[in-house]
Amino acid sequence: MKARIKITLKNGVLDPQGKAIEGAVKGLGISGVGDVRQGKYIEVDLAEEDPGRAKVIVEQMCKDLLANTVIENYSYEIG
Amino acid sequence: MLRAAVIVFPGSNCDRDVKTAITRVTGFAPKMVWHGDASVPSSDMIVLPGGFSYGDYLRCGAMAAHSPIMKDVIAKAKAGTPVIGICNGFQILCESGLLPGALMRNASLHFICRDVYLKVENDQSFFTKCYRAGEVIKIPIAHGEGNYFADKDTLDRIEGEGRVAFRYSDIDGNVSAATCPNGAQRNIAGITNETGRVLGMMPHPERLYEAALGGTDGRRVFESALLSVLEAA
Repeated sequence: MKARIKITLKNGVLDPQGKAIEGAVKGLGISGVGDVRQGKYIEVDLAEEDPGRAKVIVEQMCKDLLANTVIENYSYEIG
Repeated sequence: MLRAAVIVFPGSNCDRDVKTAITRVTGFAPKMVWHGDASVPSSDMIVLPGGFSYGDYLRCGAMAAHSPIMKDVIAKAKAGTPVIGICNGFQILCESGLLPGALMRNASLHFICRDVYLKVENDQSFFTKCYRAGEVIKIPIAHGEGNYFADKDTLDRIEGEGRVAFRYSDIDGNVSAATCPNGAQRNIAGITNETGRVLGMMPHPERLYEAALGGTDGRRVFESALLSVLEAA
């Protein structure tokens, strides 16, 4: 199975990189661009075949390492 | 006698600087301990040095916080062994949960390497007792991720408990957004844990410990540690 994990900054946490990207996108002359927030995308191959047990494993890796829950949220799909 | 241990991670680059600073200031050479070791030798203090452990992959300090040695560092810190984390070491302390909050990308997105003024807030702790609260000192910073963040409740608690050790200020001790180089909340440059025995700070005291280096304002961090150990003996 494969876990596809997205990590994003929590609302209210300033994202200067997102702001810089926003400025650059607007600099392309593209109109209608609002707030830009950047995050991380991580793919993990799992030997586990049971979705329930895979979820437990992914939760643990997200909480303990992949995301810093002081500043970041995470979400994932397993399949 | 001061028995210090400096943890060396892959990518640490201030480990030998801090070893020299501790040796010159206190007269006692620290042991250098590889991050892959299982335990830290019995020590009066542990240093997590500056640098770019694991190339700052994932988040600064995130990988180092899970190095084999950190299980023992965390256990010893919780049992009362003093720990100082400088720059990357501060990031590792936050990532390992020994200190609250997180260190984010500087608000300017620039890596900043220059001397800054700090207002001393806490002059009672293991590593700060040779300073005087309210005095202004000058110590260099060199980081891209020193923008201290914690939620409001955490910040209020840290401040209420007197755990802010240093704040970014101007030469007169004024603390404002204009005197904050990296966007850190409430100008926080260094904090301690509940007991005051774990200190994390972004500025580099090991870079200014004798006049030949351009200043001596950093040396009292190490003098404080020595004094603390001698007082407890």
